[in-house]
Amino acid sequence: MKSFRRIAVLALSAAMLTGTAACGASTSSVAASGDEATMWGISDSNFAPTKQAVERWNSRHADQRIDTEYFANDSYKKKIRTSVGAGNAPTLIYGWGGATLREYVKSNQITDLTSDLESTVKSKVFDSVAQAGYVDGKLYAVPTQGVQPVVLYVNKKVLTDAGVNEVPKTWDDLLDAVMKIKASGKTPIALAGGSQWPYLMWAAYLVDRIGGPEVFNNVVEGKKGAWSDPSVKKAMGMIQDLVKAGAFGNVYTSMTADDRKDISMVVNGGAGMELMGSWAFPDFKSLSKDFSTSQFAFAPFPVVEGGKGDSKDLTGNLTNYWSVSAKARSKQQKSAVAFLKNTTYDDTMVSDLLKIGAVPPVKNIDSKVKAADGKMGFYSWVYQSMANTPAFRLSWDQSLPTDQAEAVLNNLEQVFLMSQTPDQFVEKMNATIR
Amino acid sequence: MKHTNQMDGNSPRKSICRLRKGVPARRLAGNRTQVAKGPSMWYAVPALVLFGVFAVVPLIGVVVLSLMNWDGLGAITWNGLGNWKRMLSDPLVFNGLKLTLVLTVVSWLLQTVMSVLLGVFMAGSQRYRAVLAVFFFLPLLFSSTAVAISFKNLLDPQYGIGKAFGLPWLQQNFLGNPKTALWVLILVVSWCFIPLHSLLYQGAVRQIPTSLYEAAKIDGAGEMRQFFSITLPQLKYTFATDSTLMIVGSLTYFDLVYVMTGGGPANSTRILPLDMYIRGFSSYDMGGASVVGVVILVLGIVVSQLLNKLSGTDKMESQMEGV
Repeated sequence: MKSFRRIAVLALSAAMLTGTAACGASTSSVAASGDEATMWGISDSNFAPTKQAVERWNSRHADQRIDTEYFANDSYKKKIRTSVGAGNAPTLIYGWGGATLREYVKSNQITDLTSDLESTVKSKVFDSVAQAGYVDGKLYAVPTQGVQPVVLYVNKKVLTDAGVNEVPKTWDDLLDAVMKIKASGKTPIALAGGSQWPYLMWAAYLVDRIGGPEVFNNVVEGKKGAWSDPSVKKAMGMIQDLVKAGAFGNVYTSMTADDRKDISMVVNGGAGMELMGSWAFPDFKSLSKDFSTSQFAFAPFPVVEGGKGDSKDLTGNLTNYWSVSAKARSKQQKSAVAFLKNTTYDDTMVSDLLKIGAVPPVKNIDSKVKAADGKMGFYSWVYQSMANTPAFRLSWDQSLPTDQAEAVLNNLEQVFLMSQTPDQFVEKMNATIR
Repeated sequence: MKHTNQMDGNSPRKSICRLRKGVPARRLAGNRTQVAKGPSMWYAVPALVLFGVFAVVPLIGVVVLSLMNWDGLGAITWNGLGNWKRMLSDPLVFNGLKLTLVLTVVSWLLQTVMSVLLGVFMAGSQRYRAVLAVFFFLPLLFSSTAVAISFKNLLDPQYGIGKAFGLPWLQQNFLGNPKTALWVLILVVSWCFIPLHSLLYQGAVRQIPTSLYEAAKIDGAGEMRQFFSITLPQLKYTFATDSTLMIVGSLTYFDLVYVMTGGGPANSTRILPLDMYIRGFSSYDMGGASVVGVVILVLGIVVSQLLNKLSGTDKMESQMEGV
């Protein structure tokens, strides 16, 4: 069956090539031969601390070297899944946890790391983040990067100019601020809707604030009719209230996040607020010195009055994880495990991460985080909220199997464009639960 | 007549004769010179192998895969006609089909009219023609991804040309509005491809014998009459070939749309090939994606065959009898 799968990948890719001159998912195979463990990394600055860790490791352990190859983020995401499916995965598989991790486990593509690495992970990493590396009580994925909760970023000047003196704490505050900012001629909230996934952040937080974390947990567990929970419909209605109030201006449907137009809109004073992941912080900081020193503020997502969710709940990307391929040779697996055992959030790794603005989910590093913080207090806030959160919801698109994730993105976009009612959203999403 | 018999009895010819078994002897005899001189069919093997590996095998693979369930990771399981039933009742597939047809028909119309006019112009001998032809030709040199990224930024309501020149009517959210996005895409796609097609028409116009025009002039036909009575009829086969290129190209068009809108907003530009891509490589619903792939394939073959039949290209008689 394996070889047919490989042919199938090839067939579909080739069909895409011949039929549509498409791009993306090629299936150049990585030779599984040789005893050196292999790793595919991401060629962006967030990956630099890991890159350095591998270099340090290789210089000290000539017999357990790790061979690395780098890809752009999006091409990696597309490539890794088909490669794992075709049995061509690297020894160390970099991932985002969630549904993909469960699917890897289900199809026996990655190894159980409980006996080798559980003690390392438990001693260092916060439970809310470590927990996502477990499937059926066994450890399959080891955390490796900083945490990335979603935060409300604010341009204080835009708010005060519009007569809003405090960063919104409740949903009513937010609606009030939206009205005032709109009246002042600015866009209240920047939203990169052209990229679709920024829509998810609003939905995820609202559903959590209204109905608590169980609502979406039921969806992840695949319970029939899980989307029918009244909080989903209410959240979609509130989103449409925002849209109707003109909260996102009239260009959000084509604005994309990858060229950072959304962020520069807030930085340049064109918009008052934006809901975005903590990964955007370095951009907010570096785009304009004026902004970062005097106009920047941030806040947790507003509380919804009468909602069941804890105001300390977070959503976003937890972190990245390493898994070890079950298809790798045992020598490769041993090198990979030894690498993870030695470098997972070691002192150098922690300080390297903090240097690039990533907050590692590691216990007892308060003073280090504070030292990295400067005046803005952002890293400490991220660290404390992660340490104190009762529920850290992984992004919806990562939590759900790929077909359901795609359906959420598609239907949610239609809610934001008012071409679908909350009831239709619920109905369509329920139909995706198998 | 240079009728050589030197190849008679040589092995290449024999092998061709063998391959041509069943062809009536008289026709073979008529083609004798050509056959005798032609190279061995074995020279076609590399091309056939490539075609087989990269076209026929994947096509069979896609048809087989459309009967299977596969998420790109786990085991591939048999699903019979399940995917077909699911896809053929999915409104997104019909939405894609509709958008693809609109894109195909409108861009065919737009491109044909523009290309014929430009082609006729470029085939003439007016002043500045050569300089202008260079400008007309430019879009053909750009990579479509670069074109897509450029237009996406040019049309950006906040940072684009509308803003730069202070033109409010250009400062609209063209790509973010479900009502306009597809039309903008059609314009950009046409802008990219009109140069190629006008080049074809230019060549065809230049092949029309001047004696036809001279005769028409003597008969008192004006420029318009010459255009409609000589130029257009003489372009018949170019028109057929070119339309096939355009229509089959539009049916499978992908890259510009993928980069500029990714199918959005609210699926208003999710043409079939994009629908297939999203199903295959975002949802990892390989079975469903394969169904859409087969639909595109069948559509392409049927349409191009139909065009061939309708236009009589398969016969291709001469249009210059008596010239």
